[in-house]
Amino acid sequence: MPDLLTMRDVSVTYRTEGGDVPAVRGVDLALSRGEIVGLAGESGCGKSTLASTILRLQPPSATVTGQVLFEGEDVLTMSWGDLRALRWAGASMVFQGALHSLNPVRRIGDQIAEPIRVHSPETPDREVEARVGELLEQVGLPPTRARAYPHQLSGGQRQRVMIAMALACRPRLIVADEPTTALDVMVQAQVLDVLSALVHELGVGMLMISHDLSVLADLCDRIVVMYGGRVVETGPAEGVFGGALHPYAGALSAAFPRVGDPRARFAPSGLPGDPPDPAQLPPGCAFAPRCPRAIEECTRAVPELRSFGADRSAACIRVAS
Amino acid sequence: MSLATTPTTAVDSAEPRPRRRGYGRYVLSKVAGAVGSLLFMLVVSFFLFRVLPGDPARTLGRGRFTNPEQIEEFNRTYGLNESLPRQFLTYLQNTFSGDLGISLKYRVPVSDLLLDRMWPTLLLVGTSTILATVIGVWLGIRGAWNRGSTFDKASTGASLTLYSMPEWWLGLLLIAVFAVGWGPIPGIFPTGGLHSTDVDPSSLAGVLDTAWHLTLPVITLTLAYLADYALIMRSSLLDELGEDYLTTARAKGLRDIVVRNRHAVPNALLPTTTVIALSMGFIVSGAITVETVFSIPGLGLLGVEALEVPDYWVLQGTFLVAAAGVILANLAANLLYGILDPRVRT
Amino acid sequence: MSAAGGDGGGGALRPPATLSARQLARRRRRDALGRNWRIFRGNRSGLLGLAILASFVLVAIAAPLLASPEGLDVTKATGGVLEPPSSEYWLGTDDQGRSVLTLLIWGARISLFVGLAATLISMVIGTLVGLTSGYFGGWAGGALFRVTEWFLAIPFLPFAIVLATVLGRSLLNIIIVIGVTSWPSTALLIRSQTLSIKERPYLERARVLGAGRWHQMSRHVLPNLMPMVFANTTLTVAIAILTETTLSFLGLGDPTRVSWGSMLDDAFAVGAITTGAWWFIVPPGVCVVLVVLAFTLIGQALEEVLNPRLKDR
Repeated sequence: MPDLLTMRDVSVTYRTEGGDVPAVRGVDLALSRGEIVGLAGESGCGKSTLASTILRLQPPSATVTGQVLFEGEDVLTMSWGDLRALRWAGASMVFQGALHSLNPVRRIGDQIAEPIRVHSPETPDREVEARVGELLEQVGLPPTRARAYPHQLSGGQRQRVMIAMALACRPRLIVADEPTTALDVMVQAQVLDVLSALVHELGVGMLMISHDLSVLADLCDRIVVMYGGRVVETGPAEGVFGGALHPYAGALSAAFPRVGDPRARFAPSGLPGDPPDPAQLPPGCAFAPRCPRAIEECTRAVPELRSFGADRSAACIRVAS
Repeated sequence: MSLATTPTTAVDSAEPRPRRRGYGRYVLSKVAGAVGSLLFMLVVSFFLFRVLPGDPARTLGRGRFTNPEQIEEFNRTYGLNESLPRQFLTYLQNTFSGDLGISLKYRVPVSDLLLDRMWPTLLLVGTSTILATVIGVWLGIRGAWNRGSTFDKASTGASLTLYSMPEWWLGLLLIAVFAVGWGPIPGIFPTGGLHSTDVDPSSLAGVLDTAWHLTLPVITLTLAYLADYALIMRSSLLDELGEDYLTTARAKGLRDIVVRNRHAVPNALLPTTTVIALSMGFIVSGAITVETVFSIPGLGLLGVEALEVPDYWVLQGTFLVAAAGVILANLAANLLYGILDPRVRT
Repeated sequence: MSAAGGDGGGGALRPPATLSARQLARRRRRDALGRNWRIFRGNRSGLLGLAILASFVLVAIAAPLLASPEGLDVTKATGGVLEPPSSEYWLGTDDQGRSVLTLLIWGARISLFVGLAATLISMVIGTLVGLTSGYFGGWAGGALFRVTEWFLAIPFLPFAIVLATVLGRSLLNIIIVIGVTSWPSTALLIRSQTLSIKERPYLERARVLGAGRWHQMSRHVLPNLMPMVFANTTLTVAIAILTETTLSFLGLGDPTRVSWGSMLDDAFAVGAITTGAWWFIVPPGVCVVLVVLAFTLIGQALEEVLNPRLKDR
């Protein structure tokens, strides 16, 4: 059994004025120590919402059911004190859009040092400073940059600061939520290199969220594809990217060619229509309305996730066992 | 990997830009703006008091002069029979050398009067502004943090009502209830003034006596000022609460109260500082009317009393002091903003 | 208001092809108005403000029916000096023996009129200056912006007091004084809005298609500014009424007319506080607070309609 993170039947529902909106519907996900798992899907498929439950960071309007076990303990029910101790020291996050995720009026050095000071308050100042310098060097920034403010850094540098910050307390798990979305392609590659090198070097487990399946295929051991709040396919990275079972995973692979024109990424080939509105999900398979292989039966019942081999499953009735 | 571990760009290895230079440039631009405002204020005052009234000797004297010699004397004293540019120069010279004319009512130099009357105003306005800022910001933080709570609704409603109230009317009510007495409430506070006649103001008893006299006016002004600050602080903190860096702070394992005090509040204080700076004129208005209602011998009362005569040079003097005070306070707030927000420095 | 609320489908029956561009634009604007009214209706404090304001406006309009103007004439006063409320004088009498209620009713006219008229002046100056400095930019726009900032730095009340003293005491002068001293903040707001509208794509298109500056300004910039100007207007009226009250209290109002501020000035002058004549002090102040509060609430609700981001407040 995976020893780091186990999510069992997790559902997240947002209460809004227009009624309840299910963002995540019964997701299972597991991650072992040192493993890198990719979570793929279009925006609005529930992947970020799912990730926010790992540190219980979902907005107050959301209700979460199921279990989120971090090292065997349920994050959703643990006391606030235990939760605070877990946050950042057990699992940390790299958010997308580092400009907004960093406090604009505090020096980045202070912001990197903050979790260290919170989780090990007895650490002497000099040691904290040295650690901040070390972390900055690890992500390829000179330690003197600790005195800079976020607005003085470039987008790529800010994202590296986020990574340094995520490593500050030597966590066992890093949740990286679209860490490179806001960056241009060259910088994206640099930041991803830093991230993957460090994660491998330090043996940290990572849940990496992206809409770009090719990026995930490069970095991850396993990939989980989500659609309409549910997992539609999971398996080894190469298997899912190279030979997807579920038609949606296949379309997603085709939409993000590994080497290619970055302009193509916002015009996914072979994927007509829009992602489903979680407030108005179609009956049966959520992907059926856009699916080239859909038959009438697809709209009757929500397809269950079925096993195809040891480490492979997909939720599609059109896939032959 | 090779790209990542070596510092990639020149910007990376560059030292952070020296802070003082950025701030220095900011200070310079703000000081230049304040100097511009001060000069503009002098021009406005010149036009208000010498050009608009038409024949200043007649309007300013208003029946005070009975024979042509007096008018001639008056005009010569103020250089009013010279050309306009010439008059402006004389006016500038006089103003900068501290010669603001002689009060028609008191027959003493206006500058002496102003200096004499400045302290009660500074005491009243200073105390009230500090109290109002502290209480207002606190109310705003509490309201925004527990948005929609009973406390929030009560404090927002009270703030809006206070904001809609002429501050001097509030003062009148407080006098009626707490100084004159109303029903079972005894009137324990003085109805006005700064000292009792029988106490030496410099003794300990005198200081306490002054504090006693200032209690109601300070409460009035504090309530009047804090409404604005509470509303502004509340809305700018609400703006901050949706920001991503607060999620980061929470994810780091910080207690909610630390997230609020260390991350949200400092950022929310920035727009509040700007608004407080812009409300300096409002502070002056409050001083004028509340001093009138409580008969506190400050600059505001001096100006209002000069209205009845009308004592133009005193009016001009109080106008210049009030405007200069607002401009300088504004400048101070801007400079403080520069210290608080690193983004304006660079 | 109900006309705007029930609108939106009025022109829909006609085939769209017969509508001219102007008709289309007008209908779109009317639809937007209906939509906005529906949002406004959802704002309880905004509706409360509207109700308070409507009742005061009704009283002001119906003043001659509610109380005879003779009640304002000192020589025809029938009551005693500072009589407490009775069945004859519901809110007592003032120091001249006039009914306080009569003074209040007629005072509503002056206070509302001065507030609205002064706001009109302030809005016209503020919009013109803001639009010009924002739209034309360059040397002249920059200079106008500087002047606006300088004006903003001059404390409002001392400026108004001095101006009122120099101009003399009359209804028109007090309107001018308030209008002339309260425009800079409007100008700054309009300027920043104009700058942001200027950057929008449809204006760029209009420019590319060869639209002249006047056409761009009158057809694109100004209509988009109007809602913002409207919300700001209601907030300015609140400030103008407060200022009128304060100036009248300081004795700078029109000596021949009764406003709420001049009533309070009288009350203060005759020592109504020390004699305990609360009926001469409390009602005028309450009226001021209610009307100013009403305008503030409406203004806030309008801002919310225009800027949905504020809605959570």
